[in-house]
Amino acid sequence: MNPAFSVIFLTTLIGAGQGLFLALYTGQVYALFDLLPAQDSRSFYAVGSAIALAFLAAGLVASFFHLGHPERAWRSAAMWRTSWLSREVIVLPAFMGTVFLYGAGHWLGWQSPLFSLPGGYPVDATLLLGAAGTLLCFGLFICTAMIYACLKFLREWHTPLTVINYILLGGASGFVLATAFSAAAAPAASGFFGGWAAVLTLGALTSRGASLVRNTRLKPRSTLATAIGVRHPRIVQKSQGFMGGSFNTREFFHGRSKAFLGGVKWGFLVLAFPVPLLVLAAGLAAGSPAILGGAFLVQYLGLMAERWFFFAQANHPQNLYYQAIS
Amino acid sequence: MTQLALVIDLNVCVGCHACVTSCKEWNTSGAAGYLSDDRPYDADPTGCFFNRVQTFEVGAFPDTQTVHFPKSCLHCEEPPCVPVCPTGASYKRAEDGIVLVDYDKCIGCKYCSWACPYGVRELDEHQKVMKKCTLCVDRIYDEKLPERERKPACVLACPTNARLYGDIHDPDSQVSQAIRENAGYQLMPEWGTHPANHYLPRRKTVIRIHADELQRADNPLKIDGKLPKPALKEPSLDDVTSW
Ligand code: SF4
Ligand code: SF4
Repeated sequence: MNPAFSVIFLTTLIGAGQGLFLALYTGQVYALFDLLPAQDSRSFYAVGSAIALAFLAAGLVASFFHLGHPERAWRSAAMWRTSWLSREVIVLPAFMGTVFLYGAGHWLGWQSPLFSLPGGYPVDATLLLGAAGTLLCFGLFICTAMIYACLKFLREWHTPLTVINYILLGGASGFVLATAFSAAAAPAASGFFGGWAAVLTLGALTSRGASLVRNTRLKPRSTLATAIGVRHPRIVQKSQGFMGGSFNTREFFHGRSKAFLGGVKWGFLVLAFPVPLLVLAAGLAAGSPAILGGAFLVQYLGLMAERWFFFAQANHPQNLYYQAIS
Repeated sequence: MTQLALVIDLNVCVGCHACVTSCKEWNTSGAAGYLSDDRPYDADPTGCFFNRVQTFEVGAFPDTQTVHFPKSCLHCEEPPCVPVCPTGASYKRAEDGIVLVDYDKCIGCKYCSWACPYGVRELDEHQKVMKKCTLCVDRIYDEKLPERERKPACVLACPTNARLYGDIHDPDSQVSQAIRENAGYQLMPEWGTHPANHYLPRRKTVIRIHADELQRADNPLKIDGKLPKPALKEPSLDDVTSW
């Protein structure tokens, strides 16, 4: 496939926003059970939610650049019964609304306990909103990933690993962001977020690595023999039927060399995993929000490369029909 | 239930592209607006077509065959392009099985083209909506046309009659018979899309001659020359007169 930057920005930006929200809420739940010092609800949770919301909104804006008719985008909520894309279109704004309410609740101090858990832990409105947000957040990860994973003949994508990768990569990026943010807004908690960021980054490396290994072993199921239905091992296309390009030659071919693809692969393997881990450790040791912010940026670059590779690697069976100009 | 479809006979197709041009002509002139056609006479021409004729070479020299292969939307009976469409712009008609795009609903997200394994959907670069073969839905029901012209433009244009059109669910239709009697097949059956369009394979015309047909059964000893002429009153060797 030919990677589209609108979709690369959409998936990486909302991934970071989702991960940041999960990090904030994890922090709140830990604090509820006195496992972490409680943080200021305005300067930490409300501002953190605003940052997460900004990432989600930026992703949403990027997605509009993918559409031929953005003014009709509202129509895309119609087919949620069958289409993962439609489901994403519904879940993304729902999640954004919940994150907004979660941040607003913290800002406005909706902290009077509504009821108590056994053991006397008070549950307030923000905790419930956060729980709803967490559900929607995972729902959004699943919708986004299933848009790709549900296409069975794009076999590089058609695996549960795609869903796991989206969750872990987005989570890692968001937790690194949370580490940088907490180093500035709540230094006592930055070690906690940094630890989880490292765990998620290593987890993401494992699952992304597993999908890379899986994909190198794939054998194409469609061949020219099944594409045109002639039972012969040696078939070559002599003409695709037209001399110039078409939608089919532009949308489905990345047009880069094997070496370039390999470069991007190793680029993201380095930039998204070991480098941010090292910078993260250095930033935590120095307690510097700037260095930790650098870790997020490096990893974000790596994740953009990862997403580019994710699209470029998928080999669409339609390409069998577009091999030779004449 | 009706499932309209094309059956394309690869044994007869000569790769003349008449179906391509007549398709473009008909569909660029319809109520849905023109089909993009950019820089048609320049270095890098591009445009939106519903139908393409491709050419493949099968085998290695000197034992090769050239296969001309027309390709358009196959109006799959299990179309993977339809359920993924977020707006419902892509749909399959219940009454005749034609898969269509509602150009007024399409948001141009291209997702359906990703979900079609055959590469037959093309985004119109100017109208920014997804387009594909409509099976000339604006022709085949047009009562103003004479009955014999109520067929897709490509079918009418084909000079070798390589394109048949009809209802593949009707066992007595011309297309069903052609599929049944000439080993009609579907493209990429491995994905379970059940294309409605079928293709008829290349068929070699062979004469079967058995060894005993090369020998004269009445000359087992292979002695050539004139047979002895029996007398008029005698029975002949093979019970017919020998003269
Ligand atoms: S050939 Fe492609 S576009 Fe046509 S119905 Fe089948 S999957 Fe859909
Ligand atoms: S490009 Fe149009 S027809 Fe295709 S999936 Fe998107 S909205 Fe539906």
